[in-house]
Amino acid sequence: MSASLQVMDVVRVFGGVRAVDGASLEVEAGSITGLIGPNGAGKSTLFNCISGFLRPQAGRVLLDGKRIDRRAPHRIAKAGLVRTFQTPRALTRMTVLENVMLAAPRHGGERLAGSLAAGVRRREREVRTRAAELLGLVRLDAHASALAGTLSGGQRKLLELVRALMAEPRILLLDEPMAGVSPTLRVELLEHILALRERDGITLLIVEHDLDFVMRASDRVIVMNDGRVITQGSPSEVRADARVVDAYLGVRHEVS
Amino acid sequence: MSLLEVDAVEAGYDDALVLRGVSLTADAHEIVAVIGPNGAGKSTMLKAVYGLITWRGGSVRFADEDVTGLRPDRLTRRGLNFVPQTENVFPTLTLAENVHVSALVVPKNERRAAVERVRELFPILTERSRQRAGTLSGGQRKLVALARALVTQPRLLLLDEPSAGLSPLAMDTVLEKLVEINALGIGIVMVEQNARRALALAHRGYVLEAGRNAIEGSGADLLRNPQVAELYLGGSVTTASSSTSTSTPSGMNPDTK
Repeated sequence: MSASLQVMDVVRVFGGVRAVDGASLEVEAGSITGLIGPNGAGKSTLFNCISGFLRPQAGRVLLDGKRIDRRAPHRIAKAGLVRTFQTPRALTRMTVLENVMLAAPRHGGERLAGSLAAGVRRREREVRTRAAELLGLVRLDAHASALAGTLSGGQRKLLELVRALMAEPRILLLDEPMAGVSPTLRVELLEHILALRERDGITLLIVEHDLDFVMRASDRVIVMNDGRVITQGSPSEVRADARVVDAYLGVRHEVS
Repeated sequence: MSLLEVDAVEAGYDDALVLRGVSLTADAHEIVAVIGPNGAGKSTMLKAVYGLITWRGGSVRFADEDVTGLRPDRLTRRGLNFVPQTENVFPTLTLAENVHVSALVVPKNERRAAVERVRELFPILTERSRQRAGTLSGGQRKLVALARALVTQPRLLLLDEPSAGLSPLAMDTVLEKLVEINALGIGIVMVEQNARRALALAHRGYVLEAGRNAIEGSGADLLRNPQVAELYLGGSVTTASSSTSTSTPSGMNPDTK
């Protein structure tokens, strides 16, 4: 069940700086959309506005046609929109596996520990199995029982992705999933991300600076600069756009 | 004798031993790239060298002196400085203040000249001297972090993923700046996940794997080495012609699909 997203004229100002300045975009259900732009263009702030971590000062955000811009982050997540953070947030004194299990929908740790009902135990087994499976995908299975605090920076990024997947999203917003990830794992992650759409029908909106990844993964690419969407189109259209080359790519990355 | 000689360092956090005997050398005229899988111990190695975590074994010599386990501020005064990946500027201070704070380790009579030199290298310090660092973009922040390290008049810089999170244009700017810095006779040891770019500008490179040295060589040799490409550079993903289907390295990691 893929979800669609509409962002209409969203504005977010920080002490006079218009971080997001009337941004509008649309993400089709079942698509993979890349969101690129220079550092400071407002991409992460827009992510925060969409996922409820910041309230837009103007504009609207619609998930499957329903407004979500006044909802709290956990309610938006429950509606199926889940996001990752550029700087991962793990509970460092819990194990890697526990971190993932906690992200499962509808099941707080208290209820897992507190009840002995057979149904709950079965659910816990399912959650544990799913968590272990997802950790295997990003090669963190060997670290499942280690404290999350012992993971390296790159490994924490992968944990963040697994936690997001555990929440069973219908649309997933990834904030720089490749930053700090080794080239070898990037190749594998690309395959996994494509599979999320193909197999699980998850809609994806991805902020990423690794252009090879963006160009390979995305159906459409949206470009932001100065808090606004300046252009969008297919990966090849965007790559050839003179404004994108000027503001973002630089001549080195220009298509010849 | 190299300027920096790291010999068989063992270090980690709490119960976890991350480095199991890593060795590395670097000279003032060199850019040295350190690459490897996530969790190989690359950042931990930089932190160990800069005295941020406790050593369990091995030694480090800098400028012909044993500096194993020396405090970071002492190392900075001796000419060895470290730029972390994040939290490398004071967000509530202006650019001028950020540089000033770093310059405090320089003898008072040399401070003005040190700041002046860094301002020449980084025009942004003059253009935005009164702007708070917290309002800068990611790429600009990286430049200010570099400037803060440079004003301490280092002979060698340890950099943790200088290009991470940067747009292509900003990445070019930062990497070009590193080459410029190196041309001044300042050595650079950088940990990078954008491994191809790093090796392309590095004189030498080290591959770390599971807390140990795996492969080393000149940057160009490592880039040409098919084993390195397959195991550590993501196969052929960045070359346009071939597909991404280059398989999981055999014997290294279990195929998890």
